[in-house]
Amino acid sequence: MPKPFNDIFRPPPTPGVLGIFQYLDATLEAIKKLRAAGHTDFTVYSPIPRHEIEDALDQPVSPVRMFTLIGGIAGCAIGAWLTLWMSYDWPLVVGGKPVGSVPPYVVIMFEMTILFGALSTILGILFNAVFAARRGGKIQYDPRFTNDRFGIFVPASSQEAGKMESLLREAGAEEVRRG
Amino acid sequence: MAEARTSTRLTYDYVTRTIARTLGAPTRGYFLLLGAAVGLLGIGIITLLFLLRYGLGLAGYSHPVYWAVFITCFVFWVGIAHSGTLISAILFLFRSGWRTAVYRTAEAMTVFAVMTAGLFPLIHIGRQWYFYWLIPYPNERGLWPNFKSPLIWDEFAIGTYFTVSTVFLIMGLIPDIAAVRDLATGWRRKLYGITSLGWTGANEQWRHYTRGYLYLAALATPLVLSVHSVVSWDFAMALVPGWHATLFAPYFVAGAIYSGVGLVITLLVPIRRLFHLEEIITVDHFENLAKLCLLTGSIVSFSYLTENFVAWFSGNAAERAAFWYRAFGPYWWASWTMNICNGLLPWLLWSKKVRTNITALFVISIFVNIGMWFERYVIIVVSLAGEPFEPWANAVYNPTWADWGIMAGSFGWFFMWFLLFVKNFPAVSISEVKEVLPPPRSKAAKVRA
Repeated sequence: MPKPFNDIFRPPPTPGVLGIFQYLDATLEAIKKLRAAGHTDFTVYSPIPRHEIEDALDQPVSPVRMFTLIGGIAGCAIGAWLTLWMSYDWPLVVGGKPVGSVPPYVVIMFEMTILFGALSTILGILFNAVFAARRGGKIQYDPRFTNDRFGIFVPASSQEAGKMESLLREAGAEEVRRG
Repeated sequence: MAEARTSTRLTYDYVTRTIARTLGAPTRGYFLLLGAAVGLLGIGIITLLFLLRYGLGLAGYSHPVYWAVFITCFVFWVGIAHSGTLISAILFLFRSGWRTAVYRTAEAMTVFAVMTAGLFPLIHIGRQWYFYWLIPYPNERGLWPNFKSPLIWDEFAIGTYFTVSTVFLIMGLIPDIAAVRDLATGWRRKLYGITSLGWTGANEQWRHYTRGYLYLAALATPLVLSVHSVVSWDFAMALVPGWHATLFAPYFVAGAIYSGVGLVITLLVPIRRLFHLEEIITVDHFENLAKLCLLTGSIVSFSYLTENFVAWFSGNAAERAAFWYRAFGPYWWASWTMNICNGLLPWLLWSKKVRTNITALFVISIFVNIGMWFERYVIIVVSLAGEPFEPWANAVYNPTWADWGIMAGSFGWFFMWFLLFVKNFPAVSISEVKEVLPPPRSKAAKVRA
């Protein structure tokens, strides 16, 4: 029987090589070498987001923006629907004004756009960053990556591991681990 | 993001450890402060029990002043909340590097200030168990969900603001919680392990995170400007002279940011001293905050002048009477406190000597908030008390002990959350402070990013 939660929260370990780098430029060097050797499925760890790393990896733009857009449009529509429907559901004419008058409802539509847009952005980040990033299985990690070290994990079988180790070391890794 | 001027001692490791140290074992001073906050909250709770038992008459409400200190406090706390999102979202979009060291404090302040503000409408309605009457939903109870009322707009605005600023704070915290998780031991390691949601700083995570954060900031920016505009419409939509002005929205937003920056300074000065963050939160940061204070304070002063000028220039007798009553009526002391604290005091900040003197800034920041509290008091209470449409109904209103008790409680409530926050989560962003440092490179020549 498939266990989807187990796959997400306890994915099986992936064999590979982990390089730990002290310097940003060495990390970039390693990324270039790996890409030149035809690798694309490696993971780069960094304590902060750096544009150099993004550029070196040449990744597509995150799909989170679609979540924001769809959430925002949905929120605006819900705001319009909520106010207009509820006004006509209990029609009271006050001060001779129309029962459903759009200008004051724009405020609610605006707030709902922001609310839904923000919440769906969060969902987009969680969905993509927390869950989708785990598709590769459990990979090696080092607690120094949130402090002051950069890291690269390359999934590799035991035959390839030696080659990867020397590639990372050549690029300037201060430590290389197999797992 | 531009790299800021920093001392060379600052390395990634130094930043992580210095900020993580703020989460260490609390000292006696911390418990004293926390005890004081909880004590104030206790006063508030006891006052609330009295209000429940004997009714809102205890709070000095009398015709025509039915919006008084509770609504004043509501607007005050919502205003405080504004600088947080300004610093975290608007300055983020402007790519100002200096915000990184101060934005977390400002953002936490925002969330707790909105939490505090939200209590006041509930206290003000008197029968808290009917709070759900405020929530508009399709007619089930013979109540009319009137979306043309600014009070309902306000509910949506404050609700959205609270939700968005909370998720924005939590989002920013995730990489930092991961950083302290990797240093922590024991139960804290478990707590941070769960709350960091498995953050590792992998490129796939940063890719989605940075994009999402950008969009959150882009959404929070119009939100912060809208929220206090909507709060101002609670007044501006009414016909009361002194309230009914198109100037209100920008005037309130500027005032909100002014008071919020004031409180950020008030909070940062002791945090910096107690947690030894002098190298991370530098005098430059305070100077920038002071400049922000000067800018928004000047807009507020300008609004005061405009308001008074328009009252005179319009030739409208009611409007003129209202502003005369403000300045020279029985509440002259409140008006002049407001004018001096908000109109004159920020002018001291033109001097660089004052802007770079932390003690002076601390004192000024407290007066900024006294001034801003009185501004709301003047706008709300004084406009109602001296309403010139029904001069026979005018009455002088005076706050009672119940008003002060609830207000003390609100400060206790706010500081309790704030103190708990700074001891349990990084009060300065770890990853974003590193972003403005030059990254470690093997080549001796420092390349500017």
